[in-house]
Amino acid sequence: MALSKEERQKLYAQARQLRKDIVDVTSWAGGAHIGGGLSVVDILTILYFKYLNIDPTNPCWEDRDRLVLSKGHAAVAYVPVLARRGFFSIEEMKTFNKFKSPFGMHPDSCKVTGCDASTGSLGHGLSMAVGMALGARVLGKDLKVYCILGDGECNEGSVWEALMAAAHYKLTNLVTIIDRNRLMIDGPTETVMGVEPLADKLKAFGMDVVPVNGHDMDALSEGIEKALGAKEKPIVILANTVKGKGIDFMEDQVPWHYGSVDAALKEKAHASIEKMYEAILKGVMA
Amino acid sequence: MSDGTGTTWTCYDAATMTAREIYGRVLAEMGKTNPKIVGLSADLAKSTSIAFFEKAHADRFFNVGIAEQNLMGVAAGMAKMGLIPFASTFAVFASMRAAEQVRTDICYQNLPVKIIATHGGISFGAAGTTHHCTEDIAIMRSFANMTVIVPADGTETANAVRACVDIPGPVYIRIGRGFEPPYYDSEDYGFKIGKAHTVRDGSDLAVITCGIGVLQSVEAARTLEEADGLSVRVVNMHTVKPLDRDAIMKAVLDTRRIITVEEHNVLSGLGSAVADVIAESGKGCAFRKLGLPDTYSEVGYPEDLYAHYKLDANGIVDTIREVMKIEFEEDEDWEDEV
Ligand SMILES: Cc1ncc(C[n+]2csc(CCOP(=O)(O)OP(=O)(O)O)c2C)c(N)n1
Repeated sequence: MALSKEERQKLYAQARQLRKDIVDVTSWAGGAHIGGGLSVVDILTILYFKYLNIDPTNPCWEDRDRLVLSKGHAAVAYVPVLARRGFFSIEEMKTFNKFKSPFGMHPDSCKVTGCDASTGSLGHGLSMAVGMALGARVLGKDLKVYCILGDGECNEGSVWEALMAAAHYKLTNLVTIIDRNRLMIDGPTETVMGVEPLADKLKAFGMDVVPVNGHDMDALSEGIEKALGAKEKPIVILANTVKGKGIDFMEDQVPWHYGSVDAALKEKAHASIEKMYEAILKGVMA
Repeated sequence: MSDGTGTTWTCYDAATMTAREIYGRVLAEMGKTNPKIVGLSADLAKSTSIAFFEKAHADRFFNVGIAEQNLMGVAAGMAKMGLIPFASTFAVFASMRAAEQVRTDICYQNLPVKIIATHGGISFGAAGTTHHCTEDIAIMRSFANMTVIVPADGTETANAVRACVDIPGPVYIRIGRGFEPPYYDSEDYGFKIGKAHTVRDGSDLAVITCGIGVLQSVEAARTLEEADGLSVRVVNMHTVKPLDRDAIMKAVLDTRRIITVEEHNVLSGLGSAVADVIAESGKGCAFRKLGLPDTYSEVGYPEDLYAHYKLDANGIVDTIREVMKIEFEEDEDWEDEV
């Protein structure tokens, strides 16, 4: 079902707030993986605020949907999403990166309420998600497992081992999303270690591929609905995104993979986010 | 303790940190005279500073992408062709993600691959357990043929990187993130792989240490000399394998009180290696291993973590004072026992 006007408005408003949260957490934390946080935040927003069947008052509910953020360095986006979804308060994020904080650069499922898997070492998440999807099948649970990967992360052989298993076991209860922002740490993916033709490779591994604009809520919604309706082959949503999206001086900039923001940069960043959403309000929401 | 306001560097100057920077520059310089040296990384060329080599010798540098197992396998293949590959990634990925490639492809075939593992120990503070590495010394020293070096600082890293080329087999050099304050102010102190450097003499107790422990132990020794009148020896055991047994036994015989200090799980690291030597010698002595307890480390700025795990000068002072309280029975024959 297409997004209603109210839903669309709610999702964009939520993402707007979260982008500002990401900037704030980056400044509180003294530095964060802000570029990849901003590229994935719309994906996280629509999943947590529309699709995931979860209950923040009962975070360990056994029948809940699961989400594995395989690109765990995007904790700077993930933790605020969990906070805004009601798992804990935004205030608590002020401890981010500080001594004994539950929140570090990478999410720890033993410490962060609502987090289903500890990640940060790339190439582990999809295997865990495959295990969760298989586990749900064994237990007869009708739940969905979502896994979000980076495109650079797809260099890891283990990602392809997991894809092979997902297709082999026909895990249609698994939704895999790749944040295709085209950058990694040392440069553009296609310069450092090319992953193209990515869609063809995924298809050759037995997956169905749905390319979408990863910042467009309607497109994301359409892609996710397709994946949820998968009958035979599991679906990979190839979300085309921009690293640093929403902050003009960070967009598509390799050095902003990781960085810190001082008071002046924070102000500039907030202003840039506001500007982007004003334009969105005029366009998409009109 | 930090004041909690966070680091002040931005992404623009993150690439200019000391130990790693020195290593990258030294390797680039070595590449000029040694055409057999090749460099490899796994999307961490900038982060490990091997990018300095890449810049100087682009035709001899290979970034395999985020694929550490492939990194080590490819390095092994290049070594088979007669080259001397330097492979750089974070310690946690070098020692665990690619552990079997390191063991079976590199060590088993005794190939001259030099692994420069950065962000070792808990030096990556806020990145947490997925990026901490408190197991690598144990893992690497259990691989036959492997030489394991944990330099005290950037200067010693430069020495180790220069010297490791002459070792015919594999070498694992473990360094930190680069923020660690230096101990050495000159490269000329006679660095030799496999030979410990006694950086401070003493007769009441000996600290056997490596990595960041060297500077912290020397500071602790200075404090204890002033406050308690103690004479504390500090032995920089930069080469954890092969171990300088003579330096250990000399410390045991001279002081009879030993502590080891390392940025590693207390299980199976430097402390355990030293304990083996002492146990086999039959010379009993007061002994404590200082390192991380057998748990996954907390998140926090490195300086807070070092203080928490008692790996800073204050923590070392406390431990030395405890060990000094241990009483011995007089034993005239101790020196002759086997
Ligand atoms: C196994 C592993 N190797 C290396 C790293 C270091 N690292 C952290 S983020 C990153 C780049 C990730 O690129 P990508 O997956 O494209 O993420 P994004 O650009 O969306 O941030 C690397 C190499 C890691 N976390 N895990």
